[in-house]
Amino acid sequence: MATAVETKPVVGLSRPPREGFRVVTAAVATLVPVVLLLIVATLVAQAMPAIKQFGLGFLSGTDWNPVTDSFGALPAIFGTVATSFVSLALALPVGVAVAVVLAEPGHTRIRGIVGTGVELLAAIPSVVYGIWALYVLGPWSYEHLEVPIADHATFITWLSSPAVRSLFNAGLVLAVMVLPTLTAISRDVIKAVPRGMKENAVALGATWWETTWRVILPSARAGIFGATILALGRALGETIAVTMIIGNAFVIPHSIFQPAYTLSSVIANEFTEATGTIYPAALVELGLVLILVTLAVNIIALLLVHSTSREARLTA
Amino acid sequence: MSHNGRRRYASRAWLALMYMLTVLALIPLGLVLWFTVVKGLPSVIHPQFFFNAELPPCEPTCPAVSDAGVGHAIIGTGIIVGLASLIAIPIGILGGIYLAEYGVARWSNWVRLASDVLVGTPSIAIGLFAYAFLVVPFHHFSAYSGSVALAVLMLPIVVRTTEGAVALIPNGLRESGLALGLPRWRVSLQLILPAAAPGVITGALLAVARAAGETAPLLFTAFGAHILELDPNGPMQALPVTVFKYALLPYKSLQDQAWGAALVLIVMVLGINLVSRYVLRRQIALAGQL
Repeated sequence: MATAVETKPVVGLSRPPREGFRVVTAAVATLVPVVLLLIVATLVAQAMPAIKQFGLGFLSGTDWNPVTDSFGALPAIFGTVATSFVSLALALPVGVAVAVVLAEPGHTRIRGIVGTGVELLAAIPSVVYGIWALYVLGPWSYEHLEVPIADHATFITWLSSPAVRSLFNAGLVLAVMVLPTLTAISRDVIKAVPRGMKENAVALGATWWETTWRVILPSARAGIFGATILALGRALGETIAVTMIIGNAFVIPHSIFQPAYTLSSVIANEFTEATGTIYPAALVELGLVLILVTLAVNIIALLLVHSTSREARLTA
Repeated sequence: MSHNGRRRYASRAWLALMYMLTVLALIPLGLVLWFTVVKGLPSVIHPQFFFNAELPPCEPTCPAVSDAGVGHAIIGTGIIVGLASLIAIPIGILGGIYLAEYGVARWSNWVRLASDVLVGTPSIAIGLFAYAFLVVPFHHFSAYSGSVALAVLMLPIVVRTTEGAVALIPNGLRESGLALGLPRWRVSLQLILPAAAPGVITGALLAVARAAGETAPLLFTAFGAHILELDPNGPMQALPVTVFKYALLPYKSLQDQAWGAALVLIVMVLGINLVSRYVLRRQIALAGQL
């Protein structure tokens, strides 16, 4: 009878590497992409009855009538895009200015306070912005911005007939909400501009502003653009604050001072009351449109931000 | 004025404008805090506001001191966010350790991208997802489903901040552990993780603060309740839901409850944020000493 040969090594060095921990953590980490795909897949499945019934016409339809089961998303899509653009138009100059100030050297204490302040803006819950917009910002903006502008620009229809709950006021509160995103990333890309470039400009006799405007901002351009797109993603998806101030009117308004509706607000207001098959499915399809747009916007923005920081690292 | 003089003057003017815009950016923060305190304080100074449940509108014969409170919403927020943390924090920490320790793998980049995209996913869409998965099959709203929705929101934040904190730990510590013959899981969990604890805790706290303030994913998952509910298998009230529902109603007594709830919420969320900032500063100081 042959005896089994012991092949067990004497020293631990030749043991195969233990992969258990790597496999376990990798499996857990994989949950993140899995959840993301699961969200999209679930929304597609839930929206299927509406997708089948309306097809592409859902995106261009302007009628939203649960009684006749006729649903079109265009006014909500318009409201979502319009509020986001108003908010970016207002937030972009301010956000870049704050980023420039924060990226300057010196006065670290004051800059620390400003930086913390802007970051705390991101920490305030959306619903608190909503109640503030409804009772404070909205009435103020109606009286001091909307009415004077409408009075002076009587010939421009899209700046007429002011209201407290309006698309413009929703954009205004969104501007405050996306400011931290815009500022934090712009500051980082401005800081990543190689110091040598700035020093060269100063050595050639450029003033502070000439250095900032002609050297620093152009080389941080792609990153700031990425930050803007990322902020756009936040603005598109924001729900509660907008729902409270936009006025919830399912129309394409003739003026930005009029009530409107956004994709997320329609869902927030109507989903718990939606009955039947088509109505909830149509609401989920609004969510699907929203998530697909924000996914695309976010991925573009992340690629832009990453490519600029990589460029900065290569040239540094 | 000379050409150069004009250039210097213009530069100073632009600098001043930048600073003015910076001040402008901070004004909303001041205004939101100020109005929330001023309008919320009259409700919050009465202790019963923290213990009682809400009351229906009392107009037109409201008592001088209302007996209404948001105790049920505070406890509800605690339960819903607590359960969400139990799900998201352990998973997020392990995921973050994977990214930091095995970060060069191609798969890690996909996980990173997915995390960053998930952070930007509209919370209302996550609510729809939790609704389809945990409300539809059981035919009733539940705090559990709300917790799962919030956990999905928290997960990417915990993953990315854990990764950042673990990556701050010098390689020497890792190498000494491995040189002593410790297996990787012990190096990661017993050496690296404790050293990175302040940063990891910061991430977890930030995620908790974010989840505590979310309304949209709770609207059709936890749904809300008018009385104190302790069973996570049924609907439950949360502070942001109180603010959202009552702020929009035309009764002064309910709007006061909404402002009070907003004040409690903002104190809670900003408190957690400031604490986590302090913890993070200590972590960076410690890492500098290593």
